[in-house]
Amino acid sequence: MKSTRRTKIVDTLAGRSLSTSSMKSVGADPEVNTGGGEDWLPSKTLLKPPGQCILNEKELNEEFTRILNANNPKAPHNVARFNHKEHIFKASPNVDHLVVHFEFDGYLVFKEDAINAEDGESSVAPAVETEEKKKPLLRNQFNFSERAAQTFNNPTRERSSNTEPPPTRVLEDEVTQFSIYDAYCEDALQKEKAAKEKPRAGKGQKDEEKPGILPSEAHNEDVYNKNAEFGKSIIIIERMANQNTYDDISQDYKFWEDASDELGDRKSGTLLPLWKFVCEKTKRKQVTAVCWNPKSPDLFAVAYGSYDFSKQGPGMIACFTLKNPSYPEYLYITDSGVLCLDFHPQHPSMMAVGLYDGSVMIYNLQKKSEGPIFKSTTSKGKHTDPVWQVCWQKDDLDDNANFFSVSSDGRVSQWTLIKNELIHTDVIRLSIEALNNPASVIPIKHDEERLFDLAEGCCFDFHKKIDHLFVVGTEEGKIHKCSKAYNNQYLLSFEGHSMGVYTVKYNPFLCDVFLSASADWTVKLWDHNSSKPLMSFDLSCPVGDVAWAPYSSSVFAACTADGKLNDVGSCL
Amino acid sequence: MATLGSTNNLAGGPPDAAAGAGGASADAKEGDSRRNFNYPLVKICDMVDELRLEAVDMVVTAVEKHPGNYEAAAKNIKEAMDKRCGSSWHVIVGEGFGFQMTYEQKNLLFMYFGALGIIVWKAS
Repeated sequence: MKSTRRTKIVDTLAGRSLSTSSMKSVGADPEVNTGGGEDWLPSKTLLKPPGQCILNEKELNEEFTRILNANNPKAPHNVARFNHKEHIFKASPNVDHLVVHFEFDGYLVFKEDAINAEDGESSVAPAVETEEKKKPLLRNQFNFSERAAQTFNNPTRERSSNTEPPPTRVLEDEVTQFSIYDAYCEDALQKEKAAKEKPRAGKGQKDEEKPGILPSEAHNEDVYNKNAEFGKSIIIIERMANQNTYDDISQDYKFWEDASDELGDRKSGTLLPLWKFVCEKTKRKQVTAVCWNPKSPDLFAVAYGSYDFSKQGPGMIACFTLKNPSYPEYLYITDSGVLCLDFHPQHPSMMAVGLYDGSVMIYNLQKKSEGPIFKSTTSKGKHTDPVWQVCWQKDDLDDNANFFSVSSDGRVSQWTLIKNELIHTDVIRLSIEALNNPASVIPIKHDEERLFDLAEGCCFDFHKKIDHLFVVGTEEGKIHKCSKAYNNQYLLSFEGHSMGVYTVKYNPFLCDVFLSASADWTVKLWDHNSSKPLMSFDLSCPVGDVAWAPYSSSVFAACTADGKLNDVGSCL
Repeated sequence: MATLGSTNNLAGGPPDAAAGAGGASADAKEGDSRRNFNYPLVKICDMVDELRLEAVDMVVTAVEKHPGNYEAAAKNIKEAMDKRCGSSWHVIVGEGFGFQMTYEQKNLLFMYFGALGIIVWKAS
């Protein structure tokens, strides 16, 4: 047992185990101890057990020798037990020699058991049972301290608000059959009245009803078109948003320093693309021409079409501005692919357009209409083949705007805008026969026959100083110098290109010199007074376009079919 | 949802019983017109147009669904309105009754339908 300590005095005795001295004292007669100095002590009385034999002095002094051993004299010696194994009684040799003489329950208890001891001093057993059930926690009993932390309780505050109750009203009325009847009668009367008035005021009522409900379509179309000022502010906001979005591009445009320029390798350089103009509607169409607006330096027109003969579809003209790369300012859809366009130098809103189906059109950007303001028709000298280039000319003597066009059908035509008509004049027919004999007058034939004799014009350019002079490049590789004044006659033919001439360009400074770019991989420099080229540059790839530098008479750029841009500083 | 019984049902009753005054011709005429008195006639309503149309529709369907059983009709209307736009709607359907009630503005419909007066209102 844990809780209680028992102090046991265990003796194994042999016979009466009494020491001689104790025997003496026990054997002494009860007497009053009157020793000196101990008088004040209470007198000791010795109690004798009854029936004690009285011995004399001699007997008392007699010594008895006792040997102490571990056997219990009182224990039975002849214990016999039934042995179930052998079915006989057998004498058991193991006899219990333990004798308990004295037993004493201690009063000291463990501190932790104090409670147990308190509630059950008399009944130790039940306390012990509960102890076993509890299984106490294993704790350090010497310096264990229970710890706990408590957070602050925030002071609470009451807050409440009251919403306005919904507005209510009291209604008081009666419902009787009479009132119902009256109400219906009144209603019937009113209906009659309304029916009478309707034929009279039917129209007026309808008009009244209309403005109440806004037609949703018109609302969608909007204010934007109707209210010019609002439209303007919307455009400004759109441009502001774009300015924020494309700020880095503007920074590049102004301050970009190309690191490769410093390397000194002048053979190849890099170009940094700046703005990218994408319009969802012009997807899968080829850009066939680009033209800057002469008046607005940030506006340019892009022609969309297709060079693939088998994949012709509707074309598109989009006018983008650098201020808003996200969406074109103007967007026109044409029946056929657009191949070329040109802005009028004096009237920047006028745009001449040449189409793949041979028609030429004039668009006016100021008019927010869907279609062109002028269009060539079959009856009025429309080209029968793709129009490759259009070019505005100075207004004629009557101040009528006019432009030229060149087409694969071998005609160079002049178109004059007169009031609401587009008048055409064939300036020249590019006859193959005439090639052999440039000075000869082309005999006039029927149109049908002539079609096969004509060379396909690809490009032309006007002399910068002499208005009537121009050169025409053809598909055969010949370039002809013509004049507006002499119909059907070449002033001079330039032979040198073996394949189609894509571009001819007069030099803006040196007026008699022009460049030609051809599919035979060469760019040739000509003086328009001699039939032989001055210089020839082989770019080892078909040259699509060529342009003079605006700042120098001796620098030009050429782009080739492999996607390279050649900047040639020629040494004239 | 109080329904007070009425001895005189205009819609169903013969013309003579309903209106004593007037000649025979007038009676006939009135009978004719009374036969047409079976469309919903909104007397007082401050609901939004959309809700009003819906509520009138609900009332008409409910009354036609439970002919003669005003209590069921009223219950039907109330439940429909509760479902449509929140709780605490009250409905009275009856041929003749007097009432005084407090309603939340924009939530009242007082209409006649045939010989019945119907009030639908909200008060929470």
